Amino acid sequence: MILGSINPAVLMAALMVAATPILLAAIGELVVEKAGVLNLGVEGMMIMGACLGFIVAVNTGSPVLGFVGAACAGMALSLLFALLTQALMTNQVASGLALTLFGLGLTALLGQRYVGITPPRTPKLDLGPLSEIPFLGRALFSHDIVVYLTIALVAAVWWFLNYSRAGMILRAVGENHDAAHALGYHVRRVRVFAIMFGGACAGLGGAYLSLIRVPQWTEGMTVGAGWIALALVVFASWRPWRALAGAYLFGGVVVLQLNLQAAGVKIPVEYLSMSPYLITIFVLVLISSGKARGSLNAPGSLNRPFHASD
Amino acid sequence: MIRLEKRKEPSTFWRIANPFLAVALTMVAGGIMFAALGKDPIAAIRLIFFDPIFSAQFGSYSRPQLLIKSAPLILIAIGLAIGFKANIWNIGAEGQYIIGALFGAGVALAFFPAPGWYIFPLMVLAGAFGGFLWAMIPAILKTRFNTNEILVSLLLVYVAERILAAMALGLMRNPDVAGFPGSRDLRRYEAAHNAELIAGTGIHWGVVAALVAVIFAYAMMTRHMLGYHIKLAGQAPRAARFAGVSPARLVVVCLGISGALAGLAGMFEVSGPGGQVRIEFASGYGFTAIIVAFLGRLNPLGIVLAGLLLGLTYIGGELAQMMLQLPGASIQVFQGMLLFFLLALDFQTNYRLRLTKGARI
Amino acid sequence: MRQPLLRLDGLTKAYPGVLANDDISFEIGTGQMHALLGENGAGKSTLVKMIYGLVKPDRGTMTLRGADYAPAQPSEARRNGVAMVFQHFSLFDALDVAENVALGMENPPPLRDLARRIREVSTAYGLPLDPNRLVGDLSAGERQRVEIVRCLLQEPKLLIMDEPTSVLTPQEVEVLFRTLRQLAQEGTAILYISHKLDEIRALCDEATILRGGRKVATCDPREKSARELAELMVGQVLTPPERPAKPKGAALLQVTNLSLTSNNPFGTSLKNISFTLHAGEVLGIAGVAGNGQDELLLVLSGEVPTGADQVQLKGTPIGHLGPNARRKRGLVAAPEERLGHAAAPDMSLTENALLSGAQRKRLARSGFINWNATDRFAREIIAKFDVRTPGPNVLARALSGGNLQKFVIGREIELAPDVIVVNQPTWGVDAAAASFIRQALLDMANRGAGVVVISQDLDELLELADSFAALNEGRMTPVRPAKGLSVDEIGLMMGGAHDMTPAHGVNA
Repeated sequence: MILGSINPAVLMAALMVAATPILLAAIGELVVEKAGVLNLGVEGMMIMGACLGFIVAVNTGSPVLGFVGAACAGMALSLLFALLTQALMTNQVASGLALTLFGLGLTALLGQRYVGITPPRTPKLDLGPLSEIPFLGRALFSHDIVVYLTIALVAAVWWFLNYSRAGMILRAVGENHDAAHALGYHVRRVRVFAIMFGGACAGLGGAYLSLIRVPQWTEGMTVGAGWIALALVVFASWRPWRALAGAYLFGGVVVLQLNLQAAGVKIPVEYLSMSPYLITIFVLVLISSGKARGSLNAPGSLNRPFHASD
Repeated sequence: MIRLEKRKEPSTFWRIANPFLAVALTMVAGGIMFAALGKDPIAAIRLIFFDPIFSAQFGSYSRPQLLIKSAPLILIAIGLAIGFKANIWNIGAEGQYIIGALFGAGVALAFFPAPGWYIFPLMVLAGAFGGFLWAMIPAILKTRFNTNEILVSLLLVYVAERILAAMALGLMRNPDVAGFPGSRDLRRYEAAHNAELIAGTGIHWGVVAALVAVIFAYAMMTRHMLGYHIKLAGQAPRAARFAGVSPARLVVVCLGISGALAGLAGMFEVSGPGGQVRIEFASGYGFTAIIVAFLGRLNPLGIVLAGLLLGLTYIGGELAQMMLQLPGASIQVFQGMLLFFLLALDFQTNYRLRLTKGARI
Repeated sequence: MRQPLLRLDGLTKAYPGVLANDDISFEIGTGQMHALLGENGAGKSTLVKMIYGLVKPDRGTMTLRGADYAPAQPSEARRNGVAMVFQHFSLFDALDVAENVALGMENPPPLRDLARRIREVSTAYGLPLDPNRLVGDLSAGERQRVEIVRCLLQEPKLLIMDEPTSVLTPQEVEVLFRTLRQLAQEGTAILYISHKLDEIRALCDEATILRGGRKVATCDPREKSARELAELMVGQVLTPPERPAKPKGAALLQVTNLSLTSNNPFGTSLKNISFTLHAGEVLGIAGVAGNGQDELLLVLSGEVPTGADQVQLKGTPIGHLGPNARRKRGLVAAPEERLGHAAAPDMSLTENALLSGAQRKRLARSGFINWNATDRFAREIIAKFDVRTPGPNVLARALSGGNLQKFVIGREIELAPDVIVVNQPTWGVDAAAASFIRQALLDMANRGAGVVVISQDLDELLELADSFAALNEGRMTPVRPAKGLSVDEIGLMMGGAHDMTPAHGVNA
């Protein structure tokens, strides 16, 4: 049996790594959508983060600076989106698509001279005796710091949305922007901040791909991760911990599929490698239909243009 | 303080002027980008936008190329624009294009090497059907399960790309050439070849199909109830229901039309300019067509102009790559910028800038 | 005269093309109930938005308790003790009552303490509320309580109320008035915006009347008759629509045991509705907003199909048919929302004429549109129904509410249907247009058509209806003859006393 050759601890460890980039992007987009904005440019911001993070890390030799650069790059692109949709009132769907097309093109140009280079290594976090624990040590406690910070970020977003006043205002803006405006909240300001946060997160997710997971730069290397992150937000019904669960589930599928490839299953690689996309679609179908319609949790003003009439 | 004020009626002037302005701004911004890359900006812009048509040196080669590159863009964009008007976002045309090509090529390879006048028409039908089928996946998931068509249609692009690779390496691989991926060259199989119809013009059946699609789309959108309902559903979905439009039917119709047209484009490409099923067959027409649709204002005639322009940038980009060693990706950046500028300028169509004394925005 | 709390001096605000407020000055005393009276478009909303800091005046000053007052935003107004209850509620469906209240406060206490205070304050003023319920699940009356309690928690000196009774049953209005009187006695000034004259005469001790952006008068409403106030407000004398008595005709529309589960979590499900509409009859259906009016219209218009036999037109089952099939058979409808439902805002009037006219007016042959005929149809509506517009090429959203409503109702009437169903036919429409529309509906009935008027405006229903029913939480009362019904009886029909008890867990 082929599956028998797969070590569950290694699988678990690999799953967490595979899930981290899309989880980062998804948690950012979740906040953006909670504020009532649909930014379809996640893929573009991710690839920007992947590319610029890689360039900065290679040139400075510091993965940390690479991640900082990636967050800034993602944020810069998201500001362009904020300018278009919040100041110039453009269609959010079209602007998000433009972001993705532009990001893919720009990174292909910028990253040209970096193809085939190995980036500086991001060290694993030394958790001392924890990583010695049998099974759990290998599965949970032998990762780089970003994996843990990402989980912390999910917790922080969860706390922010449910227990802080700023989070409550953000939800209010996303739920009914006219009412929020009538109460004197700055709808656009809140949304611009949310969009920037989403951009930074997507950038970090991209950098995780190019600096740790792969680690290398290739043109178009996100291959749909941003779109999967968008699907993940729907799957999570706009709830942070569900996004984490969804990302790990997805990570599991990816890792299993890679393991099957490596184990030499008699299915052509091309068919195995389409499974993450098919499973994402399948999960979207499950969550969008049936009684527990997750889509009903969607923020009330999502993807509606806001223009203060007075 | 500056504030935006919604116009009572969208400005027709800006609607028409903005695409031109966006092109001009893109040339300026692109020039700056080329200068930053250490190339002569004027020469680069000239090479991309003027030389493919007017240069004595390249014109004879690149003029026919213009229609070859533009036809698939126009064909796909026409379908996408119909959907966009109804707020149905098929952004997976690239996938439908690939599947259409595979269906068309599949028919040809099944008949190989038999002659017969009926083979090519069968391929046309198969190509349209393939694209239609692939687009029906997001359509049916949307109508049955309320699944987001943007995400599904896009994710299916990645699936289609992998099917393409599997076909090029497996089922459709040319059995006569050992070791190389890719199918037989359809250009060498007369019954299946989408040949140039008038020598030296680049006109093939795909160009004819694009022209027919433009005329049909124009008639439908301005004269037919279906077009009216599509516009209505996009602008005011509740009013559309009041007018008796079934949203589910509209989703199927719009995705079906755009899928079939994208499939046709793929089929004409694989049997003509593309020649064979290869791993790298898909060249992003499905995505560039989104830009074409917007730049053409979702209007069939506008799409013709926009398609010609973006077709031009493809050829110009190749020239610039050859002559100035400009990176091929710069053309993608160029197209992205174009869409950005257009979207940014479009606020003038619906809003007016006003200077007021310290009013709150 | 008591010491003035707020003084307005020459407030002026212009929007492109309209002078919304022109040199308006008056005073509001401490603990005074001051009415702001005027028709739609008279400038009431703009004026209070300036007081609440949402809009900045172009000219003029305000003085609050002797000090200059120029709020740059609502939070500044709230800090100064000015609170406002909005006409269209500024509430968030997916958030709970406590969160909604907290969002309207400057420095809210922790949510747990706030919940306790909400219970206390709401009970003290006779408006009980459960702080943990989702606002989307509340009735219109309860939602208004949330807004009022939100204001009360901040102990305002001036409470602005924008058309507060338009969503309440007569009994709920009584409860509200008691609360307001209690507040006034405690020294809170109330600026009460309305166009309902009886209310103002019952409640307020001073009234400022606006017309076309200018102040017409400030007076004591108790000393004026309703008629005098109306003439000040409208500037002309209006004749109520005429209606000759007539015998009941044959049954046209029959609704039997109609039920519909709403698929919107905050929508209302229709429960077992039955009624019969006869030729020449106007059936008025009353009810407070959100009790199933929208759903009933969708089911009758065919936008939401049901079992075939549940809706019958002239004896033929049509419940399973869509809007166009019903139009063809003679049933038309005009929904409440003009922009976006009855008409497409960004389409021209000609295009909007095609919206529901395509079938009965034969504006399309085998799917191909005859634009010339459509244009003629649009011009016909514009001419016959006095729609003020430069022409049929104007976008629907460029028309005023009253003119667009005349166009929409006119379009449906011009289709010469056997049955017409309208929802809120004169909502947000100026008095002249409203009386025009009502007369047009009565004319239809006089010609032998059946008319169903769903409305929240009781005066309108009493003016129009031959028979009367009310919707409450998706149920409909039996139909009764309108003649001889008292306002109290109508109030009981509309939901009666059940809403007066605590909001949680009653009649749920």
